[in-house]
Amino acid sequence: MTKITYIAAVGGQSTVEARDGDSVMSTAIAHDIDGITGECGGSMMCATCHCYVDEAWMEAVGPRQDGEEDMLESATCEVKTNSRLSCQIKVTAALDGLIVHLPESQT
Amino acid sequence: MRGIVIIGAGQGGFQVAASLRASGFDAPIVLISEEPGLPYQRPPLSKTYMKDGDADRLLLRPASFFERNHIEIVHDRVTRIDRAAQLVTGASGQTHAYDRLILAMGAHNAIPPIKGAGDAEVLSLRTLQDAAVLRSRLADTRHAVVVGGGFIGLEFAAMARAAGCAVTVVEATPRVMARAVSAPVSHAFEARHRAQGIVLHVDCPAAKIAGDHVILADGRKIVGDLVLLAAGVRPNVALAQAAGLDVDNGIRVDAHLRTSDARIFALGDCASFPDPVSGRHIRLESVQAATDHAHTIAANCVGTPKAYDAVPWFWSDQGDDKLQIAGLALEGDTAELIRTESEKFLVFRFRNGFFCSLESINNPSAHISARQLLKLFPHIAYEKIRAHDFNLKQVLAAEKAMAT
Repeated sequence: MTKITYIAAVGGQSTVEARDGDSVMSTAIAHDIDGITGECGGSMMCATCHCYVDEAWMEAVGPRQDGEEDMLESATCEVKTNSRLSCQIKVTAALDGLIVHLPESQT
Repeated sequence: MRGIVIIGAGQGGFQVAASLRASGFDAPIVLISEEPGLPYQRPPLSKTYMKDGDADRLLLRPASFFERNHIEIVHDRVTRIDRAAQLVTGASGQTHAYDRLILAMGAHNAIPPIKGAGDAEVLSLRTLQDAAVLRSRLADTRHAVVVGGGFIGLEFAAMARAAGCAVTVVEATPRVMARAVSAPVSHAFEARHRAQGIVLHVDCPAAKIAGDHVILADGRKIVGDLVLLAAGVRPNVALAQAAGLDVDNGIRVDAHLRTSDARIFALGDCASFPDPVSGRHIRLESVQAATDHAHTIAANCVGTPKAYDAVPWFWSDQGDDKLQIAGLALEGDTAELIRTESEKFLVFRFRNGFFCSLESINNPSAHISARQLLKLFPHIAYEKIRAHDFNLKQVLAAEKAMAT
């Protein structure tokens, strides 16, 4: 099992066990984590699963997917270099310990 | 204390409950579901669920979400709305008093007037239960026959083909997805499905349907191990009609999504609402409409009046191809097919010379630009888009520069 930590914009964090193959978005939904909405269910049709990948994890997570950059433009909160759509980050053993920071709002 | 009662726990019903709580609404919320279990996503039923069969992945939220947000889920089938008493009654006999009522009843699969179409052996796909049956049958299917070349029929066909089945699709009209997309997009998908080995008959109505074969109007018989009927949906309006609400191709609502009774709202597949662009009453069967309607209704319920003004978007994953639609084209809007340098496929739709919708295949960047453009600058003339060589990102940048 791969552990992922979600840190809320207002402080407070949750560490959960993720299933490999799930996305960082669907893992958050399954564990009832506030701050990730995932309105389109992971089809990269909305930007309501915006997250900031912790700087230490940027390399392991890898680059944005094709089209993700464009979709991120409709995110509600500021888009930074470490912004990702969490539905496009697939959980693998290599991401054990991953930390993502959540924006203040998704809508 | 009377609170809000929501009939229907699909995407829209769930979302209105969630949005109400997110907006600080603190009176009781009752979410009435005809289906067992927790609210789930339907779009994956014809796609990923067919592959992995994992129902847990479909849940919109886990049980804890509904508990901590005090959203009471009631499993019942509502049989009556008493508007005078502001009360809904379920088949169980249980009643729920409301201050506001949200109709999120969705749609049901259409049964076309074809012999055998309503038989139990003919499979359909709407609910998780339908999908579970279809999935178990697919395991020992060599040949699947799909009646109806719409989104659901084609998504299922592509998935079954990828799983190794022989697949035949029969469509009554001259082209697939004819109700929703322009002819170039229909033809592109017809070619792609045929290239994958799907046998596709268009302009080919069925005369008789059974659990193991379809007889076409021209007399040909197609035999299969399963027959899926995917002939579109009809809005669930019977309850609203019986309650005396205005109904016309869906439950008729105003720009604030109120029905003819100010205490009752309707959303999603079952609602006929004024298109903010054309002003015409329309009905949309999409995740986008259900969720954006829900946000609008939640705002109206907590005292921040809001008219519905979202730009529609839609997607359909068929095999390896992703169709995306931004905005909304209506009958009579023109279509111009453009192939970009990278051989990517775009169809621009125009109404009276103004850009109203983009249909694209495997081109998320153009799709997003179209959505942003339609939202920020809804009156872009054909000539302007042509002047930028149909590059919407450039049009958007130019318009933004002019606006500042």
